[in-house]
Amino acid sequence: MPRRFSFTVEVATAVGLLVTPFVLPHLGFSPTTINRILVWGLFGIGFDILFGVTGLLSFGQSAFYGTGGFVAAYLLTISGLPSVTAALFIGMSAAALAGYLVGLIALRRTGIYFAMITVAIAEVFYFVEFNPLAAYTGGENGLPGVPTPTLELGFATVALDTDWSLYIYLAFWYFIGIVIALRIVRSPVGVILSAIRDNPYRAAALGHDVHGYKLTAFVIAAAYAGFAGGLLGVLQAFMPPDAFNFATSGQLVMQTAIGGAGTLFGPLVGAAVWLYLSDLFQTTLHLGASWKLVLGLVFVLLVCFLRRGIVGGLNDVLRFAARKRGGEDVRNDEPRTAAATRVALVPIHPREGSANHGGVILEAKGLTKHFGGLVANHDIDFQVRRGERRGIIGPNGAGKSTFFKMLTCELTPSRGRIMFNGREITGRSVTEVCQLGLSKSYQVNQLFTRLTVRQNLVIAVLAERRGSFRLDLFRNLRGIPGLFERVNQMLFLIHLEKRADLLVSELAYGEKRRLEIGLALAGSPSLLLLDEPLAGLSSVERADMVQLLKAVSRGRTLIVIDHDIDALFELAERITVLHEGRILTEGNPEEIKSNIAVQEAYLGGVEAA
Amino acid sequence: MLNWANFISQLFNGLVLGALLALISSGLTIIYGTLGVLNLAHGAMFMLGGYAGWFAYAHTGSFVVAVICGSLFVMIVGVVMERVVIRHFYDRPDEDQLLVTFGLGIVFVEAVRFAFGSLSKTVLAPEALAGITSLGFMFYPTYRLALLGIVVAALLALYAVLYKTRLGLMVRAGIEDARMVEALGINIQTVFVIVFGIGAMAAGFAGIVNAPVVSIAPDVGEGILVQTFVVVVIGGVGSFGGAVLGGLVAGEIISLTSMFNPAYAYVMLFVAMTLVLVLRPRGLLGAAGRE
Repeated sequence: MPRRFSFTVEVATAVGLLVTPFVLPHLGFSPTTINRILVWGLFGIGFDILFGVTGLLSFGQSAFYGTGGFVAAYLLTISGLPSVTAALFIGMSAAALAGYLVGLIALRRTGIYFAMITVAIAEVFYFVEFNPLAAYTGGENGLPGVPTPTLELGFATVALDTDWSLYIYLAFWYFIGIVIALRIVRSPVGVILSAIRDNPYRAAALGHDVHGYKLTAFVIAAAYAGFAGGLLGVLQAFMPPDAFNFATSGQLVMQTAIGGAGTLFGPLVGAAVWLYLSDLFQTTLHLGASWKLVLGLVFVLLVCFLRRGIVGGLNDVLRFAARKRGGEDVRNDEPRTAAATRVALVPIHPREGSANHGGVILEAKGLTKHFGGLVANHDIDFQVRRGERRGIIGPNGAGKSTFFKMLTCELTPSRGRIMFNGREITGRSVTEVCQLGLSKSYQVNQLFTRLTVRQNLVIAVLAERRGSFRLDLFRNLRGIPGLFERVNQMLFLIHLEKRADLLVSELAYGEKRRLEIGLALAGSPSLLLLDEPLAGLSSVERADMVQLLKAVSRGRTLIVIDHDIDALFELAERITVLHEGRILTEGNPEEIKSNIAVQEAYLGGVEAA
Repeated sequence: MLNWANFISQLFNGLVLGALLALISSGLTIIYGTLGVLNLAHGAMFMLGGYAGWFAYAHTGSFVVAVICGSLFVMIVGVVMERVVIRHFYDRPDEDQLLVTFGLGIVFVEAVRFAFGSLSKTVLAPEALAGITSLGFMFYPTYRLALLGIVVAALLALYAVLYKTRLGLMVRAGIEDARMVEALGINIQTVFVIVFGIGAMAAGFAGIVNAPVVSIAPDVGEGILVQTFVVVVIGGVGSFGGAVLGGLVAGEIISLTSMFNPAYAYVMLFVAMTLVLVLRPRGLLGAAGRE
């Protein structure tokens, strides 16, 4: 995504659309089939942003396809609106509005719930179209007599009423559709959508309003569907009621998976395969209805064995070839600059306004959490001063992680309150708290594993630069001041500059661990909570990490949980000991080391002499 | 328009439909709860039960044989499907599981259409259950009354298997935490096959016992699948009790709305689902925190 901005894909699309009428007919595609492919392809672009990019599999897109289609067809036939294009845009707006309302309900749940709810909602649209609204939609007869567009050139009026003239009209809109989609995918919003697909929890914890962006993707998909639905009526001179059918949603899903989800062009390719095979089986081979059986089998095999679809598979081959040519130059064996020096070279300052005044940055009062009958934390009072490096230790099951989760607002306390920078944050969302400057690195890595290291950091920095939600759908990443500069600084800081363009899934464990810390740090928080940052690292890596944490703590507050007590005693200035859900004691490392109650807690109930 | 006999008869229809939906949904929900796979081919299982039963019925003329054949055939389909395809998908993302079961559903439907055509088939209720019965205050089709009994019996049997047997204990433990069950030395793979078989059979059994009421066609499972989803969303995923409660609620909503205007049956069902999603997103009897 952060590649140098180029129009290669756009130009290739334009050329492809221009040569199509001269090539595809020779391969056995009729002009009508080609036009239908374009309508499905356009319908699919929006769906691919929802499913392929954002990871939300909806089986209810027919609802918006039908809504847009019938609104446009109604305007053009019964209301007699003269402009086809205007009707298409009104239909699109209606579909987008329907998408917004449906999205509010369907996005209350994720995963399989989301899929089930979209199916149910689409079925309701179908029934409403058939019965209560039959007077407007023609019920099971549909709306006949949808006119073809005309082009007003001032001096002449051109009627686009033949297959090939309609092709020009459809190809034009497909091109516009793909250009817009490419802009969206390359925009900050697009990057965040792919983060949501990969790891919605971390995207939220980094300060992005996940629900808002999901709803955005849902509305975009509905808008594309609505526009394509309108074009379907224009293409067939008739708006068929089965546009609303569940089978329509199903066909879209299957075509997208066959062509390759997440590629934007997948749905177009999938539609071409689908319509070509159905024509071939029915008209050439005279196999009647069995074509759907064959396509169903093809689809199942593809999902089993070629999960990235045709376009995705091609991309993989190209990528593989490019890497072969490029050779293995990604090894990270250069001597590493000392962490302290790296931080001195690229200081990541905490957010302004936070370092100026001293005093308490975080305060918890009477914090209690129980899960059913189990009390995980009981009546904890806790204060951290600005600029402090605080360690939290305690035996397993002492309630450290629960305590941390309450501080970051991942868990709502049963009782008690939390103040951050003088502001009450109890009951707020993780996203809000992160935007206020409190962020956390996780005990178990929470990375965007299907994205590159650089993209991971871009996602983290975007939250700081853009706030939790902004609809800059057409903005280029390069247009965000200081974004890549900060990302490069972060790469240097966590010593992953040579690994920047590798997928996270290809990193070694220690590298992933550094990226985990880097994600939390990239938003320049004033308070950084680190849950076992040293877990699983080698002793050399541990020493380096301690150096790094010490160095970045300048002007920033750190709270660290770890089991490596020696490292923690070196890193932290003050230590809080948790035991059985309560605070056992607090003090500087020397005091804690010599504290008998602490030794007892760790050794497990040995009687003190 | 509203008269009491009509109302009570619709209430009964709702009960029959509700029990049927409860049975189908509990099949879907135990599969999801245990294996973590939402089977989009579950509607096709319902359809296959009807066709396998009809096929046996056409050859033997016996309704009992039809019910046994229909159920067993779908159970076998379920077991084969789990062994050959589904088990390769446990470690793949949710959406892949949805896609593959959706595709398999289409394959089943189209295979049946290819073999038996699109025209609907009828299975007659056995002689003894034909005709109508007087309940004193109204007349009601005998087979529907019997159907209510049959489906309730099937639900009780499923309940007994789930809550009174060792196998059921393993299944319920698997719903809580499949990995832990495996760690305890129980062969979870075997539990998975059995659960998938039983879950599919519940749908297949429903498909054949419902055949005398609604004639069967290749796409009969599609509408059932949608209703099942609503039931599960209302009742809560992974909950047997939720499936039963959700089924009854959905059945009554469909029946009672149909009394006034059938066109709004689905709309009302959807309104109920939305209310549940807004007021209690996890479903009436769903466990908190389960997605």
